[in-house]
Amino acid sequence: MSQALDEVKIGGLGASRQRVEDARFIRGRGNYVDDIVLPGMLHMEILRSPLAHARIKSIDTSKAWAIPGVRLVLTGEMAAQRNLAWMPTLSYDTQAVLATDKVRFQGQEVACVVADDPYIARDGVEAIVVEYEPLPPIVNPVQALAPDAPLIRDDKEGQTDNVCYRWEVGDAEATERAFAEADVVSKLKLHYPRSHPSPIECCGSVADYNSATGKLTVYMTTQAPHIIRAAVALVAELPEHMIRIISPDIGGGFGNKVPVYPGYVCSILCSILTGRPVKWIEDKTGNLVSTGFGRDMYLTGEMALRADGKILAVRFHADTDQGAFFSDAQPSKFKVGLLHSAFACYDVPHGHITAQGTYTNKAPGGVAYRCSFRVTEAMFFQERMVQAAADDLGMDQAEFRRINLREDDSFPARTPFGFLVDSGQYAKCLQMGLDAIGYEDFKREQAEARKRGRYLGIGISTMTEPLGAGNSREYDILGIKMFDSAELRVHPTGKAILRTGAKTQGQGHETTWAQIVSHELGIPADDIVVEEGDTDHAPFGMGTYASRSTPVAGAAVSMVSRKIRAKARKLAAHLLEVSEEDVEWELGRFYVRGAQSRGVTIQECAMAAYTNMPDGMEPGLENNAYYDPPNLTWPFACYIATVEIDPETGVWDVLRLVAVDDCGVRINPMVVEGQITGGLTEAYAMSNMQFQTYDAEGNIVGGNYMDYLLPTAWETPGFELHEVVTPCPHHPIGAKGVGECAAVGGPAAFVNAVMNAIGHTGVRNIDMPLLPDRVWDAIRTGKDISGAPPFRNA
Amino acid sequence: MYPSRFRYEAPRSLGEAFALLAEHGDEAKVLAGGQSLIPLVKLRFAAPAMLVDINGIPELAYHREDADGSLRIGALCRHADLERSPLLPGNHPTMAAAAPLVADPIVRTRGTLVGSLCHADPQGDWASVMLALNGEIIAQGPNGRRTIPAVDFVVGPFQNALHPGEIAVEARVPAARGTVSGSYLKLERRVGDFATAGVAVAIESVGGQVIRAGIGLTGVGAGNIKAVEAEQSLVGYTLDPDVIARAAELAAGAARPKTDHRGSAEYKRHVVATFVRRALSGYRAPVAA
Ligand SMILES: Cc1cc2nc3c(=O)[nH]c(=O)nc-3n(C[C@H](O)[C@H](O)[C@H](O)COP(=O)(O)OP(=O)(O)OC[C@H]3O[C@@H](n4cnc5c(N)ncnc54)[C@H](O)[C@@H]3O)c2cc1C
Repeated sequence: MSQALDEVKIGGLGASRQRVEDARFIRGRGNYVDDIVLPGMLHMEILRSPLAHARIKSIDTSKAWAIPGVRLVLTGEMAAQRNLAWMPTLSYDTQAVLATDKVRFQGQEVACVVADDPYIARDGVEAIVVEYEPLPPIVNPVQALAPDAPLIRDDKEGQTDNVCYRWEVGDAEATERAFAEADVVSKLKLHYPRSHPSPIECCGSVADYNSATGKLTVYMTTQAPHIIRAAVALVAELPEHMIRIISPDIGGGFGNKVPVYPGYVCSILCSILTGRPVKWIEDKTGNLVSTGFGRDMYLTGEMALRADGKILAVRFHADTDQGAFFSDAQPSKFKVGLLHSAFACYDVPHGHITAQGTYTNKAPGGVAYRCSFRVTEAMFFQERMVQAAADDLGMDQAEFRRINLREDDSFPARTPFGFLVDSGQYAKCLQMGLDAIGYEDFKREQAEARKRGRYLGIGISTMTEPLGAGNSREYDILGIKMFDSAELRVHPTGKAILRTGAKTQGQGHETTWAQIVSHELGIPADDIVVEEGDTDHAPFGMGTYASRSTPVAGAAVSMVSRKIRAKARKLAAHLLEVSEEDVEWELGRFYVRGAQSRGVTIQECAMAAYTNMPDGMEPGLENNAYYDPPNLTWPFACYIATVEIDPETGVWDVLRLVAVDDCGVRINPMVVEGQITGGLTEAYAMSNMQFQTYDAEGNIVGGNYMDYLLPTAWETPGFELHEVVTPCPHHPIGAKGVGECAAVGGPAAFVNAVMNAIGHTGVRNIDMPLLPDRVWDAIRTGKDISGAPPFRNA
Repeated sequence: MYPSRFRYEAPRSLGEAFALLAEHGDEAKVLAGGQSLIPLVKLRFAAPAMLVDINGIPELAYHREDADGSLRIGALCRHADLERSPLLPGNHPTMAAAAPLVADPIVRTRGTLVGSLCHADPQGDWASVMLALNGEIIAQGPNGRRTIPAVDFVVGPFQNALHPGEIAVEARVPAARGTVSGSYLKLERRVGDFATAGVAVAIESVGGQVIRAGIGLTGVGAGNIKAVEAEQSLVGYTLDPDVIARAAELAAGAARPKTDHRGSAEYKRHVVATFVRRALSGYRAPVAA
């Protein structure tokens, strides 16, 4: 009789195990960068530019130096002497560390002050006098491309305009032919506004350069410590083995903590210059005005349609506003990330995309805010276009999707832009969502309410998105391939430590990785400790973002566990005195084929690895695995929102939101639900209230948390979650990424619902956020509402 | 965020507080709930050399109704005290409606009504309520007390009529006559946000006829606005749709909104009219909150 362990009981796959990290987080016992205190530590504060575009005429630091307790005032000129006034970005551009020639956005780092405490450092910052000669600011691509536009990047040799890249993909000619045959061509134009990842913990670092040993230790808020180590080695020309990056507990990342920021570099330089540890903790405004934002993309597209609803082709153009430096934190070979994953869930025969990026006098960034590199813009535009197309055809939006979604037996399939989608049950997910929301009933209710002057609306968003970069053929950072890694050490008593090259920032790796090991080895999850983030300890990995941890590092965890099991099998054979071929595995134990009661547990094998190994066998039970995924993973999601608008004020409330997520096998259902709930909350915030833009002078609007709103439990609607499981065909445990699906696919559901509610007005689009005054204006005027900068205060 | 250096004193009595204020003059600031002052100090928008924390003066922590029905609110009465007060729902509907709409639950546990009036933020909610209710502020200094009507208390954005060395010890809402009705309606983007537009309405009527009307507007001008013409248009009338529509129009006309990230000027003016109409009609929003 089987003596296999009950997988859910030991905290394996499918167990909604309580998050082990929460015990310390909710008791205030976490260890964040700001909790690090080193002997002799100094504090650094940054002086930021008040202007968006200006030449620096002079910087007078004498008053700051004169303040007692000020130890160092660092300017761009001093950084330049160390060749550190500029640094490379992850998109093969350069970015100013401290401005030397010009400031190029409001909030740009100009100087920093290091002092005995942060109060004195702030006093020092206020005492610096900078003389600026203002230059005309540019806040959108149209201004950037005007013939008489000032050249923002005059620092770059050969740069004669404000274009930072051009890119295209797809088959223009075939697409053109399809459009020639179309019965209906549906068009849409919109702006996906800037949004900010807004981690609760802002960025920060404690740099500690030991001049005696030559070793640099940096505690920092990074989602990718090994990449930082490689970057520091390359930029600061320090030997890589003398650099240790430690990413302790991280209070949220959302893509914001992937790039290298000037503050990190300055703290390192200041530690080298002062010979003492230097702490830099960014304030909220500093984070909002200077660190990586998401989106800011202008999209214009059209869809070729047959009268029966079949999509024949799509084509669109994207203008991305990159800010002052092209520092998109993305590792693909493609200039606009994975924008061309648009329409992957639909059977679209032909497509063509063009894109162009421009420099503007705005904060740089273009980070993948809870998304796989521009996938959010792709899926939002896709779903907005799908709704517009259904409306143009006079067809029900659900029916239009049914006609065009890929069928279950069509996988694997190549999209017109080159991706290989490999699995899914799209129609089933859609139907589950429609049933849950009561689609037909709602439509009847909506029609009834309309007669009484009430505005109800329903919006659908269906999408599959590519999660889990790499494969190594198409994805790298600074040439380093996008694999990931895990190292597992099983101790003599069968307890274990697992380390990976990923870095949790709230995702719950300490909980879920242990569950994968549990699934593979039958060691209870509580017996496994997970450690990440210290480059002197963890195997080399590419970090956590773009929902890649489970697809890549999670796969490595599986693979390393299997290596351990393979060795344990040899130990079991030795202990059971049979040949290896006669040993069978069930969860937690090996047994002799044909005599199931004769067996040894994984713990007994672990003890034997240290005390009783067979002749010739290397002692110990540890291993590592590097995993290069064969493909991205393709989760599918269907989100359906219903809303009611108060037509007199334009205020809209969410009545219900139904989510159906298929992210393959769920390791910890509770953690997955947490990810979806969080993502939907952010989606709601982006669609409803989050507003960050620039006025004509280049002043940031929404540069503090009084103006840039994070939703609270008060107004965030409740979400109804459902699941479908289509295992990933290439992932060792069948899991797909999920961290971003809801933030990526969610916004279109809310916006489509509002647009549906005012369908009778003829308005095709209101740019996000759908602030009440915009909705009111649209209803009143019957016109589309653009949210593109410059913002006109009056 | 690191404020510049300041001194801090926590007097135990009003007398001690006056002495400290007299000694430090312009350099000193009273610290009540700190929900406006501390953010300013953290951002270095204000750099007082001395903070006189009045939270340790127990005699300021009260609110009560006098025998004649007037309401007295001490300087340490928190927004949350008013939100939970049994005194408000019956006789003070405008106050009762406003209390849970000020800021968010966390801020309400510290912030004070009197502090909000002293702060004189044009976006502040309580000032509109006080304007609608013809409230008064009691100022006390080393030389005694004086009463300042709410309409005269705010002299400009973030500027009040207190003399140096004075503390606002109490706000007073006069007793109403006849049947009382009223409300406070606030359009906010999210809980804890300042008003895109807010409207305080207070009506006293006898036999259905309005004998006194108060209308205060939030967030639609350089200060809170008392919509005097709109108020007067109601007196002597019953609240039928034409009368209400005229008052709504007059109130919107009194608004001086600006376009900002909360909404366009035109929109805010429209919201004022809509909210005045709704408040006067006893309207309840159809959309579930
Ligand atoms: C996140 C947030 C959201 C908010 N949202 C809103 C909102 O929606 N609506 C709203 O109306 N307010 C809002 N506020 C402000 C809040 O209501 C404050 O509590 C109020 O404005 C000030 O009261 P306080 O007791 O905190 O005063 P403090 O911050 O202590 O003081 C404010 C000013 O008044 C002076 N002062 C205070 N008390 C006295 C006194 N008794 N005598 C003389 N001078 C005095 C101080 O010197 C200072 O200049 C918000 C605040 C925060 C932090």
